Amino acid sequence: MKTRRVTAAVATVIALSLGAAACGGGGGGGNNSSNGGNAKKDAALDSIVNASSKKGGTVNLEDSDVPDSLDPGNTYYGFVQNFSRLYARTLVTFKPAAGKDGLTVVPDLAESLGKASADAKTWTYHLRSGLKFEDGTPITSKDVKYAIERSNFAPEALSNGPTYFKAYLEGGDKYKGPYKDKSPDGLKSIETPDDQTIVFHLAKPFADFDYLATFSQTAPVPAAKDDGAKYVQHIVSSGPYKFQSYEEGASASLVRNPNWDPKSDPIRKALPDKINVKFKVNGVTIDNNLMADKTTADIAGAGVQPQTQPRILSGKYSKQTDNSYAGATGYMALNVNVAPFNNEHCRKAVQWALDKQSVLDAMGGSPKGDVATTLLPPSVNGYTKFDTYPTQGNKGDAAKAKEELKACGQPNGFSTTLTARSDRASEVAAATAIQNSLKTVGIKVDIKQYPSGKYFSNFAGVPSYVHQHKLGMMMMAWGADWPTGYGFLDQIIDGSAIKPSGGNNLMELNDPKINKALSDAIANTDSAARTKAWGDIDKMVMDNASVVPLVYRKNLLIRPTSATNVTVTQAYLGMYDYTLLSSSK
Amino acid sequence: MAAYIIRRVFGAVVLLLVVSAVTFAIFFLVPRLGGQTATQLATQYVGKDANPESIAAIKKNLGFDQPIYIQYWDYIKGLFVGADYKFGPDATHCSAPCFGYSFKSHVEVWPQLTQRIPVSFSLAVGAAVIWLIFGVTTGVISALRKGKPVDRLAMFIALAGVSLPIFFTGQVINALFVYQWPVWDSTDYVPFTQNPADWAWHLLLPWISLAFLFSATYARLTRAGMLETMGEDYIRTARAKGLRESTVVAKHGLRSTLTPIVTIFGMDFGTLVGTAVLTETVFSLQGIGAYSIQAIRDNDLPIVMAVTLVAAFFIVFCNLLVDLVYAAIDPRVRYS
Repeated sequence: MKTRRVTAAVATVIALSLGAAACGGGGGGGNNSSNGGNAKKDAALDSIVNASSKKGGTVNLEDSDVPDSLDPGNTYYGFVQNFSRLYARTLVTFKPAAGKDGLTVVPDLAESLGKASADAKTWTYHLRSGLKFEDGTPITSKDVKYAIERSNFAPEALSNGPTYFKAYLEGGDKYKGPYKDKSPDGLKSIETPDDQTIVFHLAKPFADFDYLATFSQTAPVPAAKDDGAKYVQHIVSSGPYKFQSYEEGASASLVRNPNWDPKSDPIRKALPDKINVKFKVNGVTIDNNLMADKTTADIAGAGVQPQTQPRILSGKYSKQTDNSYAGATGYMALNVNVAPFNNEHCRKAVQWALDKQSVLDAMGGSPKGDVATTLLPPSVNGYTKFDTYPTQGNKGDAAKAKEELKACGQPNGFSTTLTARSDRASEVAAATAIQNSLKTVGIKVDIKQYPSGKYFSNFAGVPSYVHQHKLGMMMMAWGADWPTGYGFLDQIIDGSAIKPSGGNNLMELNDPKINKALSDAIANTDSAARTKAWGDIDKMVMDNASVVPLVYRKNLLIRPTSATNVTVTQAYLGMYDYTLLSSSK
Repeated sequence: MAAYIIRRVFGAVVLLLVVSAVTFAIFFLVPRLGGQTATQLATQYVGKDANPESIAAIKKNLGFDQPIYIQYWDYIKGLFVGADYKFGPDATHCSAPCFGYSFKSHVEVWPQLTQRIPVSFSLAVGAAVIWLIFGVTTGVISALRKGKPVDRLAMFIALAGVSLPIFFTGQVINALFVYQWPVWDSTDYVPFTQNPADWAWHLLLPWISLAFLFSATYARLTRAGMLETMGEDYIRTARAKGLRESTVVAKHGLRSTLTPIVTIFGMDFGTLVGTAVLTETVFSLQGIGAYSIQAIRDNDLPIVMAVTLVAAFFIVFCNLLVDLVYAAIDPRVRYS
């Protein structure tokens, strides 16, 4: 009898513990509710929440992972592009502002946006005066040139970043990089006629060049201080903050840079005194810390963990959430070289048959995104709203799908294979929903899963493998390298993006009309005409029917009560703008 | 004794060399035997923008273009005399013990490890003290009160400790004492050299969750050992000689029970330093375990190699210590 009582008591303790764990995280949340707790749900999408001009405080950021690098010349991570603006100023950057305004490119180190030649092949920037590195030495155009050379042309040491400058600059294919080519001129297609001027000569017209100039790769690096891969351990700041400490893969602390002159920088307020970043913090712990107001933001900006989602969608935390567009579209690629998708009507049958709402539901419903009808997501410059295959409630239209099946000579349907990344649970769930949905019109889908680390290098991105294994349909998600139609589309629909391995054009779309439309538009210096062209190209892709847009992805962010000047930036994948973010703590 | 120690140390070094050869073969030779070319290996480390020049540069820089025996020789040489690498404008020297550079970040591995070893070591030491004290004490009390409520309760808790995974107990403890009733503001690691009190306070929750798991095993082991020992003839003789019960239990009973406990403790402790992955993950501690998981995910072979060797070192070293401790606790063991 006694034993039973003891057992019951222990069971009660465990049960209480579990209950408390489920409700945990509420501790400090309410303490500061007067400070910004009255902001509404999604308030940071189009306004600056808890606007403040008070200097001081510490911003604490946490990441459940580690980025590729904090070296501005060795990163591809969106959040590092956003965050590095605190210690690495670029020629131009995105305006720290709420809503669509945040997509505007504004001068940073440069006095004005790039001055283009009529053919958009030569771009000139003039630096502001009074710019200094953290050690007090002046920043010159040569430091910017060197930064671009090291970041794009030294893959043996700095391999993480994009190589658009290499691709677009004249002679970029021949230059060996500053670590091998020690000639004083370096890359000849970047000229620095004086310390304030930098001129880029491109191999082909490129009207989006200002967007390339927003990349952290244009942040100046003094050649004398560069030691390649080790530079990340002692980055020389050009922004309002400098590194006080840095522990690889563990943490970093930024403090004020006394040699940053606010007069030379009209876009940064630099309110907090200190900014700390911690890496490899348990994802659930970060969410709990945000709710308990112990940290300022999840620096990765990709939203809360799935298990946290139900806790903040309703109740007291819901008004602290922002469901932002992540600047990415989840879609299914239909390979035009794998039967029966070499027939346009078979592709259209899939477009009509698919119940997209069920796919979104499988991925986690509305907090995870909206049903997509275009390839370009709404937060990208050039997005045009249209639906080539409209169906009631996005639930599919079996009758129209069957008409297309007849037209493609497969009236009873067909069998095909769909690939998904095995370690992405929501992608596998979406694939299963697609399988169930297409079954209703007789399309039998076999799902094959591959690890995401090798998805492009060994499987879905290798045309020979795709053809051999008849991988007709492939799950895919894509975010823009810069938020314009070209920045989004070039790497996924242009024929030149088909590569023997590691390619992203999974449809193997190589339509001369689409290729030409892309190259014509990017050569057009009229920005309004260019913006319109991206929408037109999107329509051409949808007419081709090889892309089945599924979801405009969204992040479910939570802003702690002590966070001030909080706004979502669409320029950086829908995370908070870190040049603005400050803290009342 | 000295000859024994020298022999064992020599054996340990040979064992570590064998471990290094086997590990190297698993990570560097097996992929080649499986048909992966040097280009495919290099492709994993070129980032998002894989063009042929980048791949060729990485292949050369990471040594994938060398025969496997040269790669291994260079690796072992680096451990003893250091090595030179070029990941920038000039070559840099990686001084001994040089475990190479991370394939992913091109940062030296050894400084990364030395930054993390104190964290894992601190975690293991504190937890070990707690689990030894609680585990052995509970085991002894249980054995002496066999079948009584206190024995049943202790064994129930022990069973719970063994059954509940660390990611559960850790999360529950975290949720209760950091968020629900915030007794702890955080469990961030504070170096011992910076502030010993903060070091212990911040590690207490991880220690407790880890010790909960391990003390269960030690309690059950001690209980079983004590039950067996206390039934031996020499215990009866000791009692018959009129010794006090506490002396009988502590000096005659527990002492012989401790031999297997010390053996298992050596193994557990050595293993734990390199593999407390779950505790480190739950409490966001930047230890060796969490570091190795990240490296495995990134296919960052030099780090995986280094962690394996360091973990093997701790296991071998702790076992060596255990063998030496035997002599002290078991009079029957003598080294000649």
